[in-house]
Amino acid sequence: MFHQIKQVFHSPKFVVGFVIFVIMLVFAIFYPMVSSFGPMEMVGTGFYAPGTYVSVVDTAQSGDSLTFNVDTASSAYDSALPQETRESMKKWLVNQAGVAEGDIDLNDAEALVALWQEKYDPELSQGLITADKRAYQRLDEQLKTLGSGDGGIILAVEDEEGNLQVSKEVAANQFVNVSDISNTVTVPMGTDNFGADMATKLASSIGVSLQIGLLAGIIATIIGLFFGLLSGYLGGWVDDFLVFITNLFTVIPSFVILILIANSVGQAARGPMMVAMIIGCTSWPWTARSVRSQVLSLRNRDHVNLSKLSGHSLPRIVLVDILPYLASYVVMAMILQISSGILSEAQLSMLGLGPSTADATTLGLMMNWAQKFGALTSNCWWAFIPVIISVALITFSLNLMNTGLDQVFNPQLRDS
Amino acid sequence: MAELGKSVLKGEGITKVFGYGKTRTTAVDHVDFDFREGEVISIVGESGSGKTTIARMILGLINVTEGNMYFNGQPRDISSGKKRKEYWKNIQAVFQDPFSSFNMFNKIDSVLLDCINMAGGRHLSKEEKEKLMTEACSFVNLKYAELTNKYPFELSGGQMQRLMIARIFLLKPKILIADEPTSMVDACSRATILDYLLKLRDDEHMTIIFITHDIGLAYYVSDSVYIMEHGKFVESGPAEDVIIHPKADYTKRLISDVPKINDEWDLTTVE
Repeated sequence: MFHQIKQVFHSPKFVVGFVIFVIMLVFAIFYPMVSSFGPMEMVGTGFYAPGTYVSVVDTAQSGDSLTFNVDTASSAYDSALPQETRESMKKWLVNQAGVAEGDIDLNDAEALVALWQEKYDPELSQGLITADKRAYQRLDEQLKTLGSGDGGIILAVEDEEGNLQVSKEVAANQFVNVSDISNTVTVPMGTDNFGADMATKLASSIGVSLQIGLLAGIIATIIGLFFGLLSGYLGGWVDDFLVFITNLFTVIPSFVILILIANSVGQAARGPMMVAMIIGCTSWPWTARSVRSQVLSLRNRDHVNLSKLSGHSLPRIVLVDILPYLASYVVMAMILQISSGILSEAQLSMLGLGPSTADATTLGLMMNWAQKFGALTSNCWWAFIPVIISVALITFSLNLMNTGLDQVFNPQLRDS
Repeated sequence: MAELGKSVLKGEGITKVFGYGKTRTTAVDHVDFDFREGEVISIVGESGSGKTTIARMILGLINVTEGNMYFNGQPRDISSGKKRKEYWKNIQAVFQDPFSSFNMFNKIDSVLLDCINMAGGRHLSKEEKEKLMTEACSFVNLKYAELTNKYPFELSGGQMQRLMIARIFLLKPKILIADEPTSMVDACSRATILDYLLKLRDDEHMTIIFITHDIGLAYYVSDSVYIMEHGKFVESGPAEDVIIHPKADYTKRLISDVPKINDEWDLTTVE
């Protein structure tokens, strides 16, 4: 046994697969421990690209009085919008967007810009001459860039009357040393749509996905082994019956059954382990068939006959005289089942039939969210590329380990 | 030749059919036999003539398609697991290939311990069991101390086959089926294995059914010989009669195929 394990580690394919797998496993186990965020904790407010972030409140909090709001725009608007520009904006809003004249206050630049940004749509400019249309478009562009202009002011509440008061003006070339700010956040893989740290979420998802795969693989292997051993060894009508059931599960596409079961279980009851069980219960026929064919050739061996002649009972013959001969094969089949379990979970979750979102995250759910919340359309590559790579690496490493084991246990396949 | 004892195993019209439809093959076709106590019986035939199928039917490992078998004068009943176990206390086998006869995951001790337990020695103390195992090993000229804690694949083919006979020594069945026990071992081991089998017959008064394709060997060991061709017994009777004065053509052919050391080999087939 020890010799065989040593042999396994001489297979380069197995070693490469094993190393990749261990790296993923170590990441999944240890990263959440060292990370300062929980997997579902909202660090930011949406998609943040990978990098180090500084709290906006902290940057503002370097003045004399307490600041509660940052507004770099309002003073800029006051100076940037001359009276005639405001008039033309009002004209467009009233004529094209149908805003009531009384709702527009030309003295309040900030409110005017907010109203403009809410209502403006180039489609509504129909009926105007082309030059005017262009002018309004240019104005819109100008207003957009105004907000990110040269500098800003910091407002504070005046003590007596509760009015806003300018407490500090900030120039564009004014900086704060990053080390002076206590509240910085580093997100090495960015954040997802919920503002959760991707790295921590990914690590915990890999862990949960591996658990799902493992449980699904074990369930599929146990059911398949039971069916395969019994039908192969007993033969006769038991064999016919079990093969009938196995064929039944083989011809009905298992993914359809998977969807139906997952759907009927309901969202609330569908935890990660439930999903694993559903996957395990639909993926066993393949194992059952291959185990059966192996048992068929084993049951006529002399050592099995000798065991019968020694008066051993059926369970003992199956467990002691047949199962050990299948062990290496079963382990390989289980590795494949684990990898297909992880993929099935990802497929189910992409369809929205994955584990309920409150308890845990899985790789499939992360991909589902990335798609649902428009990570693809908003160029947020960090929200799905690492997940896809993780799924690919895990299944790749498992398949590589399987091929390596195959080479060790089937010497015919060994490339000399 | 030993004097004829009472009948221990008798078969009437034993038939075995494999498959159905186009693949239907009759492996054994209505054969009758009567094996007597203390006799060495040889079943001789070429490959595929149905020798091993008969052996497996006698052992109760496969079902008999048609025909009746009588054990000790009573119809054989192996319908339940308990009855089968009882039957197998009386009938045991040594198989052709020693390398596949052992479960390679179990140590040698466990094989011998199983036999002691089956022969009714379950209650014995550890020392007594070890004494029995030592005795069985020395019967076949093996040293138990060297074998203990070893796995079957660490032994040579001849040693494994001798261990199989040690197994029979512990079980002491009434009937032993030796299915070509010497065909996979070298010439030296062959003679010793045959000697052990004959010794078992003499000591324990065992009936030995010896299955072989080597008619010379059959003549050397057996009291009576059954010649088998295409699932049928073409000739049977005392060894001298059958081999010195063969009647069937097939027997003559088998005998002429035995190479003689001093003569030039005649490789043409005698019709």
